Amino acid sequence: MPMLSSGATTTGGFLLVVAIMLPASGILIALGCGGCGGRCIAHAQRVFLPAGLAIAAATLGTTWHRGESLVYVVGGFAPPLGIALRADGVSAAMMLTTAIVICAVALFAGPQFSPPPEQREARAPLVLWTLLLAIWTALNAVALGGDLFTLFVALELLTFGAVPLVCLGGEAHTIEAALRYLLFALLGSVLYLLGIAMIYGAYGTLDIVLLSNLVRPAPVPWVALALMTTGLLVKTALFPFHLWLPPAHAGAPAAGSAVLSALVVKGSFFLLVRLLFYAMPGLTGAAAAQLIAALGGAAILYGSVLALRQRRLKLLVAYSTVAQIGYLFLIFPLAGPFATGDAGSSAAWTGGWLQLFSHAFAKAAMFMAAGLIAEAMGHDRIAELAGVGRALPITLTAFGLAGLSLMGVPPSGGFVAKWLLLQASVSEGQWWWAVVIVVGGLLAAAYVFRVLGTAFESTDAPLKPSRAVSRRREVVTLAVALLATLLGLLPLAPSRLLQIGLPAGLETVAR
Amino acid sequence: MNAITLFGLGSAALVGLGLFGLITKPQPLHKILCFNVLGGGVLLLFGVVARRGAAAGLGGDPVPHALVITAIVVAFAATAMAVALLRRLVAAGGRTASESDHPDAGGDGA
Repeated sequence: MPMLSSGATTTGGFLLVVAIMLPASGILIALGCGGCGGRCIAHAQRVFLPAGLAIAAATLGTTWHRGESLVYVVGGFAPPLGIALRADGVSAAMMLTTAIVICAVALFAGPQFSPPPEQREARAPLVLWTLLLAIWTALNAVALGGDLFTLFVALELLTFGAVPLVCLGGEAHTIEAALRYLLFALLGSVLYLLGIAMIYGAYGTLDIVLLSNLVRPAPVPWVALALMTTGLLVKTALFPFHLWLPPAHAGAPAAGSAVLSALVVKGSFFLLVRLLFYAMPGLTGAAAAQLIAALGGAAILYGSVLALRQRRLKLLVAYSTVAQIGYLFLIFPLAGPFATGDAGSSAAWTGGWLQLFSHAFAKAAMFMAAGLIAEAMGHDRIAELAGVGRALPITLTAFGLAGLSLMGVPPSGGFVAKWLLLQASVSEGQWWWAVVIVVGGLLAAAYVFRVLGTAFESTDAPLKPSRAVSRRREVVTLAVALLATLLGLLPLAPSRLLQIGLPAGLETVAR
Repeated sequence: MNAITLFGLGSAALVGLGLFGLITKPQPLHKILCFNVLGGGVLLLFGVVARRGAAAGLGGDPVPHALVITAIVVAFAATAMAVALLRRLVAAGGRTASESDHPDAGGDGA
């Protein structure tokens, strides 16, 4: 059990502090010289983005090389009094995904959000760059946080970074969406905090590793776990708590939507996995795991049907996020303590995480493509997009590639993820999830082809974009979509990286 | 009934009232206030936990106090942000009782 030897800083542990501090210091620079209206930070991000990407890659490399978790004990105070940062395989993979998506979004947003030279102060660029760095800081803290309270603070930072991104445009309906998002998120965080208070009251520690050894089934941890799970489900926008997501994700500027859909909702899911599998293993009953996955299954079907019914492209992509989030929750009954066979358990574990990573790339690419289409055409009504495929071929190719991953067609990351989940549900004898996965894939194909079919319709008069979009932004979009596809070249087998640093309750995943 | 139990019950009552209001009130300002009532209840619970966990000779366990300070800062920041958004929404002429419509119902949304 490698995570138990967590009392001391390991070699390479400093990487974890740098990963959190680097984007945070970027925020300070942005705010410190706000007078230049974001010009400083727009230049400084040319250093920060590659540096952050390099640190994420180094963390992944070191974790892989060592084969066990990296630990950094902040200030040398060991838990329970101090705070430990821990990077296991899934944290390292999460950090690298975050870094790649943030860098791609920054390249995509660069031309659109560079401060105009004649203006002394420009609000939107300053705010966008600050929020991107804030979200990056928060996601790294979510990936690395070793105790439940640090994770709470990271989750709040994530919300505070994400909400203003929704209303960057400043229109009334986006402010309304942002307010709705914030109110849902506050309900989620206060429920989570209530759970923390109860757990501290019962066990006197919030450190994940220490808790996992202390927690035994009893009413207090059960109630706390129920409250915290509900809070996190609200923040992850799992059906039926998804009401805030579509207007918020569709209202944000394309760069913002990409970050929100690809990364921000995954932050609270990551925390839920930490809570249910790492901090309090053996506390979730089989019925509760089935219930959470049933909500996921309902999200897949309901979100896909609603995506199919949307008239606007960005809303279609947003409802598709509601559906794709549902797949993540299938790992709760299929992996870990409820799995009867080891093969099914480890397949579900890898499949669930691959779904998270491939959806991050695919959805980022899809939102960027939708943004480019809306920018070029001046609207994003799907019915009036006939012939746009000839006007923006690179963008539509990116949209199609991302769509392949959402449907689960080989070769794509989404295919490997959904295949592994399918395999797990069959070998675990829980065939009903297989039905949901297959129907969800068909519905995804329907809504993706609805867009592609209209876009590649032949028209008498060639469609003229009302505004030209830069080739560079189209290529960035295509590159992200290609990453989602390249994940599909991974072997169809459980991954060793995702098994580094597994806790005691998850041994079935590793075999 | 000692003081700790009394404060614990008070905290439970605040949580219940806040949660009820947060779910049933349609007005965003009401919701923000209810969030603060609910948050007050949770913070009070930390106080109860600190008092219950006091070591001999100490007034309370210091760790929950440290947690509560952070939680208060977070709750204050959240409230400030919600109020700022609400003011911007009113200034932009948007609807404030936004919970009455169902976003799933409309095909083309906003």
